[in-house]
Amino acid sequence: MNGVKRIRVLLAKPGLDGHDRGVKVVGQALIEAGFEVIYTGLHQTIDQIVQAAIQEDPDVIGLSILSGAHLPICEKLVEEMKKHDIGDVPIVLGGVVPIEDHDKLKQIGIAEIFTAGAVFGEISETIKKTTASN
Amino acid sequence: MSEKYKKVTLESGIDVKPVYSPEDLSETRYSEIIGNPGEYPFTRGIHNLMYRKRPFTMRQYAGFASADETNERFKLLINQGQTGLNVAFDLPSQMGLDSDDDRSFGEVGRVGMAVDTLDDFEIAFAGIPLDNITVSLTINGVAIVMIAMYFAMAQKQGYKLNNLRGTAQNDILKEYVGRGTWIFPVEPSIRLIGDTIEFCAQNVPKYSPVSVCGYHIRESGADPVQEMAYAFGIARAYADEALSRGLDIDEFAGRLSFNFDIFGNLFEQVAKFRAGRRLWARIIKDDYKAKNPKSMWLRMIAGGGGGGLTIEQPENNIVRGAYYALISALSGTQTMALCSYDEAYTIPSEKAALISLRTMQILIEEMGLADTVDPLGGSYYVEALTDEMEKRIESCLEDVLVKGGMVKLVADGTIQQQVARQAYQTEKKLQSGEIRKVGVNCYKINEEERRVELHPYNETAAAKQSARVARIKKERSSNEVEILLSEVRRVAEDGSNLMPPIIEAVRSYATLGEITAVLKDVFGEFEEPVKF
Repeated sequence: MNGVKRIRVLLAKPGLDGHDRGVKVVGQALIEAGFEVIYTGLHQTIDQIVQAAIQEDPDVIGLSILSGAHLPICEKLVEEMKKHDIGDVPIVLGGVVPIEDHDKLKQIGIAEIFTAGAVFGEISETIKKTTASN
Repeated sequence: MSEKYKKVTLESGIDVKPVYSPEDLSETRYSEIIGNPGEYPFTRGIHNLMYRKRPFTMRQYAGFASADETNERFKLLINQGQTGLNVAFDLPSQMGLDSDDDRSFGEVGRVGMAVDTLDDFEIAFAGIPLDNITVSLTINGVAIVMIAMYFAMAQKQGYKLNNLRGTAQNDILKEYVGRGTWIFPVEPSIRLIGDTIEFCAQNVPKYSPVSVCGYHIRESGADPVQEMAYAFGIARAYADEALSRGLDIDEFAGRLSFNFDIFGNLFEQVAKFRAGRRLWARIIKDDYKAKNPKSMWLRMIAGGGGGGLTIEQPENNIVRGAYYALISALSGTQTMALCSYDEAYTIPSEKAALISLRTMQILIEEMGLADTVDPLGGSYYVEALTDEMEKRIESCLEDVLVKGGMVKLVADGTIQQQVARQAYQTEKKLQSGEIRKVGVNCYKINEEERRVELHPYNETAAAKQSARVARIKKERSSNEVEILLSEVRRVAEDGSNLMPPIIEAVRSYATLGEITAVLKDVFGEFEEPVKF
């Protein structure tokens, strides 16, 4: 071990949508960039993600949502995390998220949003900054 | 050769030469390796006259929040000249959850039609001539319940099961690899597919109960060789299950159909389809000892192409779509569907869906794609590429079989891992520019102001749908529903065919969620092997 603490990322796939190409690709990229990655698998309820976050104690949570249901899901997750006293863990979101919704998501408390075209370097650098400022 | 030229390697790993000639073709005679259209091994097409006799079916994917809206859209599509329907279901319905379930929160009617009971089918298909329009149900995890609803609805409308046509996707193995709407563990899921194949072979002989999808495997990251090989591995698993019921291969193989993807290098895809047709015919004839040539047909929908579309400069997707449609027409497909240009970010708008339909119609009416069979047949390049693709698909499939077959390799997550790794490699090449993508890593323009028309989510859909289920639950005989659900449980436990009791249950307006809950109780749920 080189003594540098690796950033621990909990990748989660909330809701019923089963398209996981994106989350699996980003997961591999983060591992290659030196992050520690835990992936929940598909079909996670908000409650399951909160429980995973409590157990795994991640530095950041990465959500992947492609169904269009990002607003209701993020709102509920942020609310539940606050209730469980883990509201300080930053959440980043990747997926099909129209630009019109970005401000609303930031207001809800989502730290960063990555859509199509986001490259690996940008994702890992942003996550590093997000966790550092936390 | 002393001249320098750029090296070209296809996604499948094949190096392309700048010039092909007769020397590149295998020496065996035309009749054995290629064959006439409509003759074994069907390289050039499964019918002798192909589109000259009947153009490919045009079947766009559509389904809106409620059964009423879906019915309206179906009628519009038929009026515009579409010849088949492809039903999209919302995610709760795909996962066997009712609209009033907590887990359906935010998803009811979002990506397709919400289905809770037979009532939704009755409304969606009211006034649709089921004898002229073929209906495809895009449903997998709970396909057995949706097929039962379709049959029950058709019977109530006066159609006879032994004449009823149509298709269900009903390919659960690919759901574990891509798309992800799995519910039960692998083994009982295969049993459900066996039940539908067996029931249809005996009662609904013109219905295609399974459409094996290489499509979603490719969309998840697989290359064209893996797409075909994994699809054939899956089809073999279903065929083995049907044979274990005592069916003869010729009783059901002719009703198996396939769903493949059309994006990528044009010649590589055309060769993929020609090679696939030849290899599948050989598998069914040699390995499964089929006697009826129809059993050996690779009947397919070649369409979609979503994986090739980009969110950048979305209008370019109209052009890509036209080339993908050309690939599909040159492939000798039975059915074509086309992703719409806005599909990289939303459910297609009416305008975008119409452009897709017109794209296919232009090929037939203006471009001459329906005039002669397999027009690329005999091309030195395409024939050589077809031979090479066949070799590679066969060797990839052989590898799957040697390692224990698709059921095992999907249950333990091996295939998912291979596809995810392939997806990662492809993404790295896209980001480095090794794979060129117009508007994405070359010929970019500043698009910061991009605003697109999005399919709006109907916020009232969930409340409306839940109210409808509540009304139906009040009106139906709860005693009858209870008895029929316990019969579903009994049969699920004893291992005999679940189709008959599920048809009875849906007739009594048992909900999709109630039936799925019984099956979950007996079968358990799949635990996803998470491997990177």
